Amino acid sequence: MNRHLLSIDDVSADDIQEIFTTAAEMHDVQRRQVKKLPALRGRTVINLFFEDSTRTRSSFEIAGKWLSADVINLSAKGSSASKGESLRDTVLTVTAMGIDGLVVRHSASGAAEQISRWIDVPVINAGDGTHEHPTQALLDGYTLTRRLGSLEGRHVAIVGDLTHSRVFRSNVKSLTKLGATVTAVAPPTLMPAGVGDWSKTAGFATAYDLDEVLPQADAVMMLRVQRERMSGGFFPTAREYTVGYGLTRERLAVLEPGTPILHPGPMNRGLEISADAADALDSVVLDQVSAGVAVRMSVLYHLLAGEETSA
Amino acid sequence: MSILIKGATLPGGTTTDVLVQDGTIAELGAISAKADQTIDADGLRLLPGLVDLHTHLREPGREDAETVLTGSRAAAVGGYTAVLAMANTNPVTDTGEAAERVHDLGRAAGLVDVQPVGAVTKGLAGQELAEIGLMARSRARVRVFSDDGRCVHDPRVMRRALEYVKAFGGVVSQHSQDPSLAGPSACCHEGELSGRLGLPGWPGVAEEVIVARDVMLARHTGSRVHVAHVSTAGSVEVVRWAKAQGIDVTAEVTPHHLLLTTDLLSGYDPTYKVNPPLRPDEDVQALREALADGTIDAVATDHAPHARHDKEHAFVDAAFGMLGLETALPVVTTVMVESGLLDWAGVARTMSTRPAEIAGLEGHGRPIAVGEPANLTLVDPAAQVVVDRAASVSLSRNNPWHDRKLTGRVIATLLRGTPTVLEGAIA
Repeated sequence: MNRHLLSIDDVSADDIQEIFTTAAEMHDVQRRQVKKLPALRGRTVINLFFEDSTRTRSSFEIAGKWLSADVINLSAKGSSASKGESLRDTVLTVTAMGIDGLVVRHSASGAAEQISRWIDVPVINAGDGTHEHPTQALLDGYTLTRRLGSLEGRHVAIVGDLTHSRVFRSNVKSLTKLGATVTAVAPPTLMPAGVGDWSKTAGFATAYDLDEVLPQADAVMMLRVQRERMSGGFFPTAREYTVGYGLTRERLAVLEPGTPILHPGPMNRGLEISADAADALDSVVLDQVSAGVAVRMSVLYHLLAGEETSA
Repeated sequence: MSILIKGATLPGGTTTDVLVQDGTIAELGAISAKADQTIDADGLRLLPGLVDLHTHLREPGREDAETVLTGSRAAAVGGYTAVLAMANTNPVTDTGEAAERVHDLGRAAGLVDVQPVGAVTKGLAGQELAEIGLMARSRARVRVFSDDGRCVHDPRVMRRALEYVKAFGGVVSQHSQDPSLAGPSACCHEGELSGRLGLPGWPGVAEEVIVARDVMLARHTGSRVHVAHVSTAGSVEVVRWAKAQGIDVTAEVTPHHLLLTTDLLSGYDPTYKVNPPLRPDEDVQALREALADGTIDAVATDHAPHARHDKEHAFVDAAFGMLGLETALPVVTTVMVESGLLDWAGVARTMSTRPAEIAGLEGHGRPIAVGEPANLTLVDPAAQVVVDRAASVSLSRNNPWHDRKLTGRVIATLLRGTPTVLEGAIA
């Protein structure tokens, strides 16, 4: 496994399976009364968040604490950059405090990779702009594996705002590494630039018609419509989007019973996902949250447990 | 003062001695006369001094990144005898006084002729015309106007600017980029890579629609328009068509758009963040061909120095631009001459003669002939150089060519007969 987890490119299919195996053991810890393992005792992990995120930050915080690491949350949003400090200076200042691992969330694509070139401790990307969110993809893959068994030959539909989704960019890599077939569904305006060439080399399919794809899907991953990232009109109205691409009650009925429904949250109920779908028996949204802690424990363990203290 | 350059090969291939006396080329041929200084030019090419249509000197406002003096040093080392200093300083060069100040700073530095470019609109805001006439009538005699860094987006403002500069034989140099065709944080070429990396990009068409609009406006107004830093094959097609129609359009290309491609962005290194962005290989090939066949008139550096901390941000937040003055000639030699696309006469045309003509610069870009001003650049065409960013004389280090092996080296530069550079270093 690579020294950092910046992208799903940093982990092989074997690495992912190893992460899942460890995550399953970590998952059992959640059911214990005393949820502590000594693996990272004496280690300090900083969650450096340049962008707000309650759920991902909390998930990493719990994961670190259950491994006995000292976890410190730093919100750098608008603090250093607004005072004119460069990203490099901010990060060097934080790491100079003597830490063993850095979990980074940033609104800019590539920020985690850039940071990894400046410092000497493992960096975990907790979401960088519209680029990647590798631990989210790993927890999605883990959740699906537990539901469906092997993903080999399984068909996963990823639906929604692909252009602005780091979850999509990581999942398309991890799911295909796990042997799944992926179809990315969105209106043309929400397909990433150059997706035609990219999908050919990356081995996934694209479609504009959700109703053609759903009957063949073994799992459906709905993505949030990120209206806050949209500076132009990507679709005419919310109503039209829902009619075209929402997982409505009617579409829910098309799915085979037992087809897992995923959503990385937070959900826009009534827009990309109906309340019926969000609360359906086959919705695994809360399983994803629970799996998130286990998978992040596993990732922290694999990247930090063997590391000598540095920085 | 007299300088004898022995055995230099001129752009057309003739080998000759050149006697420079009191700032003028006094004699060509086999010269046995003594001179105050003799330069052995055996195996070297002598070109008319290079002229850069597109330089950012950062003074006033960002003297920590570059000053007129340090930028002049970089220009001289790169073989330039004249540079056009873009208007996007702080304050903006949008008045006669501001233009004269830049002009005078250039005179004081004394290494190259620094010709200010005037803003098209006040404060580069794109709304009201700047004091174009006062800049043109000032001591600086501004002839090139540009809001570079920003596109003059409003077609009515662009039309008025094109009409207005006709009174002074001026030209509007346009940063062609429709800002509404991409989001406000666009930072690279929009394509397969930007989609994969999650970086917001400009599609090539954002440039092409403005080039197309502007050549039509130039036709309508009967004025001159210059397309700054052309970067796409589509823009080249439009310029080629416009020239065939007799529209008065000229265009420039940067050294980095002739060699570097968008795939360099895969590691999110802001060194390669430039505006317009690096494009795919098919665009690069089209630019090379267009420079070779004259569709693109000139090579211009878009030398854009930045302090280190302005580049050490996340990619989308980092400053746009890269250094260019010191490496332009080696890049052109490597890309265009070694490949046979351009001969040395072509280098002289695209890096000196045409830029001087476009800018209306007297005394530059002239043929190497008796009686002409001795603005000259001596080049070792075979020298292999590995670029070292630490060796730059610019104040900044945002050098995309670091560690690259390039062919061609500037040996000496003469400004009106006075060496500014000898043996590759400031004289």
